[in-house]
Amino acid sequence: MLHLGLFFTGVGPQLIWTAPNFAPHTHIDTFVATARTLERGLFDAFFLGEGLRVRENRGRVYDLDVAGRPDAITQLAALAAETTHLGLVATQNTTYNYPADLARRLASLDVVSGGRAGWNIVTTDNAWTGENFRNGGWLPHSLRYSRANEFVTAAKALWSGSSYSLHNEVIDIDAPPTVAARPMLFQAGDSPGGRDLAARHADVVFSANTDYDKAVAYAADLRARLAGYGRSPDSVRILPGAMVVLGDTPAAAADKAEWIRREQTTGSRAIAFLEQYWGKDLSGYDPDGPLPDIEPAEGELDPSRGTIPIEFRTGKAERIAAWRELGLSIRDTVIQVTPQHNAFVGTPGQIADEWTRYHDSHAVDGFNILPQELPGTIEDIVDKLVPELQERGLYRTAYTGTTLREHLELP
Amino acid sequence: MIHTALELGSLDVTAVEAAGFAFVTIANDGPVEAGVLAAHLSRRTQRIGLAPELHVTVTEPFHLATQLASLDHASLGRAGWVVGAVNTVPAYAAVGGTLLAEADLRREVEDVIDVARALWTSWEPDAVIRDVESGRFLDADRVHHVNFVGARFSVVGPLITPRPPQGEVVVIGADTLGVTSRLDVALIDAPSLDELSSRAAVAREAGASLVFADVRDPGALRPDELEGVVDGVRLHPSSSDDLAAAVEALGPLPPVAATLRETLGV
Repeated sequence: MLHLGLFFTGVGPQLIWTAPNFAPHTHIDTFVATARTLERGLFDAFFLGEGLRVRENRGRVYDLDVAGRPDAITQLAALAAETTHLGLVATQNTTYNYPADLARRLASLDVVSGGRAGWNIVTTDNAWTGENFRNGGWLPHSLRYSRANEFVTAAKALWSGSSYSLHNEVIDIDAPPTVAARPMLFQAGDSPGGRDLAARHADVVFSANTDYDKAVAYAADLRARLAGYGRSPDSVRILPGAMVVLGDTPAAAADKAEWIRREQTTGSRAIAFLEQYWGKDLSGYDPDGPLPDIEPAEGELDPSRGTIPIEFRTGKAERIAAWRELGLSIRDTVIQVTPQHNAFVGTPGQIADEWTRYHDSHAVDGFNILPQELPGTIEDIVDKLVPELQERGLYRTAYTGTTLREHLELP
Repeated sequence: MIHTALELGSLDVTAVEAAGFAFVTIANDGPVEAGVLAAHLSRRTQRIGLAPELHVTVTEPFHLATQLASLDHASLGRAGWVVGAVNTVPAYAAVGGTLLAEADLRREVEDVIDVARALWTSWEPDAVIRDVESGRFLDADRVHHVNFVGARFSVVGPLITPRPPQGEVVVIGADTLGVTSRLDVALIDAPSLDELSSRAAVAREAGASLVFADVRDPGALRPDELEGVVDGVRLHPSSSDDLAAAVEALGPLPPVAATLRETLGV
């Protein structure tokens, strides 16, 4: 069976806010309506992103994307009262939280939701984010997964009814147990450290490996790591992130995907993307004209956007030289050099067939959907794609349990 | 008529709401963390204010402000905050901290209240502009760094959560915290009417918007004596019988408005 979740990041260029019917993405009513649609579509989980600093571009609050989000656990506790089955997964950081405090809040979410809580474990060593916290930038990059591992180990102990005490360079805790709980653990990091943390602790991996070949390779790598920790190959659900663009015909779907791509890469966003590399004000340049003819500023990329994928953060000069070789406009260059690896575009039947291939080879257990239209993306999936999956016997026709663990079919 | 609040304890919040109380406080000593519980109850209620106790000493100020702002969004403007200042060895051991001396503790409470208020208002009311023409979702000039520097921590901001419906969450705390000037509601737990009267005068002088009497013994509630001395009362009934008796003693309650600030007139 395939499992579906909705990953709602709440920031970034993904959500097309220019649509006339765009729902206020931070309003509780939008979250409630979305959660109810997901439950109607028998989704496993509603999964909220987190970022602990409002993103900036060259020292100024970044104004081109949707921004603003609620505290994930608070919001999910509210949604628990509005839903009966949907899993509720909060992204929470192990660097800028206290293990005893976060374990207690997650256990509390698990209790008020009747066993539907999940925790997407993320790490950061980002001192820029840390400027909002008591000990900003305290954790060296090399220790971030060491901290995460100690943090999760502590949380698991507290949830299972034990006191926990440990004092070393990455953790300082002496705490009583929480109320009994066991939130499901999600992990998304794709570095070796992240994969190892997943193999050690995760119930679900939210991987970035959506391309078929990458998904197959990732599953093999993860299962080998699981064996290293004495865990069975089937003890973790693999749910890569995916965009879904549906159309009544293949051509209609392709047209829509192209429209989405250009909406997500507006001229202003393309300029702002380049400003991160140039380190200079490029607002005078025409996004439909050639790349800036001036040289970029010395130094590293501005870390404050938090949007540039890791693979884009190095080799600035070589990268800019290669972009110039393309001979494209600013906007088309940005579209070209930020390819999307995770989009499924087609008719509902085509995508259901494609997902059958992923399922049958055990490359994935399902997908975490990244929405681009609010409302729209989820409604289309629930109304058009889910019935196709059900017809193929790939998707549940009713919830058979009430907890997230039961939905995920994990022991 | 005086405002009414009560400490929720194990009572059913919908019964308390039906009785017409302005808000409930939720002590952070139960199995479910108070902020999580308040958020959950926000969607089981429509009018009553919800004020979880969150401790300034053993939390991250930025998380505390975000959680309360989010409660205000989820409840459409009914969030309050009971300022907690636990200062015990076990509480600090859980998060790797150490006890604070009295003056340092008071400063910490002041700093966390100040930064929370600054963060809540770091997004101006009209910061989200959705200007399709210019491609700008936000007006960056209306979302501000707070650049707060306290005695023991600093926070750059802005809040990750847009401005709460109430602007600032209603800040509630004991007069004994020594930060009365920063409170919307000062709670006074006094053993006699005379002492209550003198401490209420001190709290008003210090700048508390409203002064509430904490009445721990349900049998000791004398609304007629409190009228004119304080603006409200917080009760601590331990059973639904206590609640019924209190409702009887209080008589008609003031109307409850859409937001907690409107209800309290602060």
